[in-house]
Amino acid sequence: MRRYVVKRVAQAVGVLWAAYTVSFLVLDYLPGDPVTAMAGAGMDSGQVDPAQLAALRHEYGFDKPVLVQYTEYLGRAVRGDFGDTVSTGRPVTSVLIDALPQTLLLTGAALLLAVLLGGGLAVVATYTSQRWLRQLLLSQPPLGVSVPTFWVGLLLVEAFSFRLHWFPAFGNDGLRGLVLPALTLAVPTGAQIAQVLAKSLLTALDQAYTETARAKGAGRWRVHLRHALRNASLPALTVVGLLVGQLIAGSVVVETVFSRDGLGRVTAAAVTAQDIPLVQGVVVFGALIFVATNLVVDLLYPLLDPRIVVASDRRASFA
Amino acid sequence: MTALPDFRRSRWASLTALVTTSVLLTACGSSGDGPDTGSGSGSGSGQAKSGGTLTFTVGSDVGCVDPQQVGSNDTIYSVRQIVDSLTDQDPETGKIVPWLAKSWDINAAATSFTFRLRSGVTFSDGSELTAQVVKDNFDAVPKLGALGTLAQGYLSGVENTTVVDPLTVKVTFKEPNAQFLQATSTHTLGIESSASVHRTPQQKCSDGVTGSGPFVLDQYVQNQSITLAKRTGYDWGSSLWSKKGDAYLDKLVFKVVPEAGVRAGGLQSGQVDAISSVGKANEAALKGGQVTLQHRANPGVVFGLGFNHARPVLKDTKVRQAILSAIDRRQIADTVFPTGTQPATSVLAHTTPDYTNLAADLAFDAARAKSLLDSAGWRTGGDGIRAKDGKRLSLTITWFPNAATNQPALELVQQQLKAVGFDVALKQSQVSQFSTTLQAGDFDVVWGNVTRSDPDILRNSFSTRLANFYRLPSSSLDTALSAQAATTDPAKRGQLVSEAQKLLVRNAYYAPVVELQTQLGLSKKVHNLDFDSGSRIRLHDTWIG
Repeated sequence: MRRYVVKRVAQAVGVLWAAYTVSFLVLDYLPGDPVTAMAGAGMDSGQVDPAQLAALRHEYGFDKPVLVQYTEYLGRAVRGDFGDTVSTGRPVTSVLIDALPQTLLLTGAALLLAVLLGGGLAVVATYTSQRWLRQLLLSQPPLGVSVPTFWVGLLLVEAFSFRLHWFPAFGNDGLRGLVLPALTLAVPTGAQIAQVLAKSLLTALDQAYTETARAKGAGRWRVHLRHALRNASLPALTVVGLLVGQLIAGSVVVETVFSRDGLGRVTAAAVTAQDIPLVQGVVVFGALIFVATNLVVDLLYPLLDPRIVVASDRRASFA
Repeated sequence: MTALPDFRRSRWASLTALVTTSVLLTACGSSGDGPDTGSGSGSGSGQAKSGGTLTFTVGSDVGCVDPQQVGSNDTIYSVRQIVDSLTDQDPETGKIVPWLAKSWDINAAATSFTFRLRSGVTFSDGSELTAQVVKDNFDAVPKLGALGTLAQGYLSGVENTTVVDPLTVKVTFKEPNAQFLQATSTHTLGIESSASVHRTPQQKCSDGVTGSGPFVLDQYVQNQSITLAKRTGYDWGSSLWSKKGDAYLDKLVFKVVPEAGVRAGGLQSGQVDAISSVGKANEAALKGGQVTLQHRANPGVVFGLGFNHARPVLKDTKVRQAILSAIDRRQIADTVFPTGTQPATSVLAHTTPDYTNLAADLAFDAARAKSLLDSAGWRTGGDGIRAKDGKRLSLTITWFPNAATNQPALELVQQQLKAVGFDVALKQSQVSQFSTTLQAGDFDVVWGNVTRSDPDILRNSFSTRLANFYRLPSSSLDTALSAQAATTDPAKRGQLVSEAQKLLVRNAYYAPVVELQTQLGLSKKVHNLDFDSGSRIRLHDTWIG
């Protein structure tokens, strides 16, 4: 078990490093730099004193060779210091920490909704003996996955805010303001959970052990939930781990549509302004959340299925 | 046992996802609100009354609440209310009128400006407005850094600012600088308290500043809202305002709502009182009902094609004139831009002081364009594109996604120019690359505009003695542009500006296309929300009822 954890943590660190490096290279490759971006974009921006721009570049270290910048930034990043944002001069870490709670709230609520709605749909669809209902329910997830989040958000706002006046259309205020954005973000996520769970539930219901359980006299509902669902939830759990990344990415769109503050908005603004330190911070921070969630998911497997640890140690030989 | 389905992700999946996200984001960054805004007159009906909160939604937040450092209208709308300026500019006549300065003198050479300040003006921290405070402001502006370029431009070439007596301040320039008087009316040179001036530019950005304006910054939540509260005891409003003393409204809340459709829906459903940047797409949804659309053209250089005169094809005046004639400005204005947008009738928008109507020179005339190209030796080839000495008549227009209207407008320009035999390619570039592209001269033709409520903007854009982005040859245009900067007599200056506009249009140094129009959506219960001379808003006289 210990070896398993050490290996997973080492992999997580590797992913963080790679995320940092690749994002650094991509940003470095982009034309222009944050200082030019900040100096304004317009036909009248000719008044900017080149000496002043050079001084700013020097202040932020953008005038150093790429490799030197990379090593310096990496050295500081390891200690949790991502420098100051170029656009406002605030420390990157504090910008991210300020934005984090709102995004955690949003993605947490969305994940909860997604699990309840997606999981519920899968269970009902596989439980029902009504063919038409099953078909109807099973056709929902592909729809949920394929409609753009942006559009779902606008539809929900139009219906529940502008017409019915039930929920506010924008802002971070209170629980009512959370409903529509969380629902929007939950649609594609829940749909994927439903797809995976329904498929593995159907597989599990075909297995010998459910047959055995039925033969022993367990009721349909009991077989469905206690025996089949428990086994079928393993792949779904893996998907949930992956979906956390998607939720964070989705927050960029949802936070913009619903004018919420959070990591997504910070990301969008940082990229627009080519605020390299901030973008780097966001990428590493996002990777950190993603890696941490998946680490937790990995560690949960053995609890659901004791065979996993053994399998994972053996996996190297046949993977 | 059955093998588990292989849902284990590759360790690289997360990485790929993250990198892809950051790259894709570049493509869907904020659509921005384009350059700037302008005019309008609020309608007053019923009895004006004090009190209430105005909720105004804007599309973006630049992360800074210092009037001296912000250039985006979405932020100017709010922070403008915090500071007063030395002068104000009448949006109707362009005339400069008293505000914090009771009166002023300008020497004949337009190099020295002496302002006599109103007495009894205080900042919201209790400190008094004195000549020394004004000096502190003007001395600090050149040190604002990259965000303060607008302010630095207004004060460029400043020699010194001196305190003549406690309420008289004198600003001296090395060169004639007639535009400075208008510059003192802008939010950019709004006067901040001594304490604010001595803070760092970044502190001023994130914490805001103390001004003497009719409203005080109450709270700033980045990317969310800017809240202002009424300054009680305010008694030194601009001479253009109708109400004396305090503002009507108790509170102003500016909420940041990036999605244009959500802004429109919020206004329509009564969740907010006013919205910025109403585009053509949202007009239909807002028409009728409890909403008024209010618009004004931005003063300054209109949207148009800036030619790189160093390119051989564009050195030929006839080719450039052909481009001016080939563009059907009315079609572009009506198809792409908000209702009421006017086709360009000069290099300057009609809301700019000393604008001259040159509509006749800018009429759409494809036949004229064709005959000009014929006489310049460009013959039509098999595919309809002209060529000369085996070279095709090809141009690339570089543009930047700083306004949603840019691409559709340019696609029309492309079609219209093709109709007379030009092969036009459109090249989108990063907004952050705008100034680099201009400085490097790495373009054939560039699309853009500049908002400024003083005709001196022509000198900034087209004088060969300044940056000269368009690589113009020196000509009599320089003489006119320099002369207007050194002329304080309004009539004489107007003549020189008019001459400069004629030279620009008749020599086709720039192809004016369409005016930029600022359009706001207002709930019918909002009264007297007026545009100032720069097509931003004044809120002192605004009331709700």
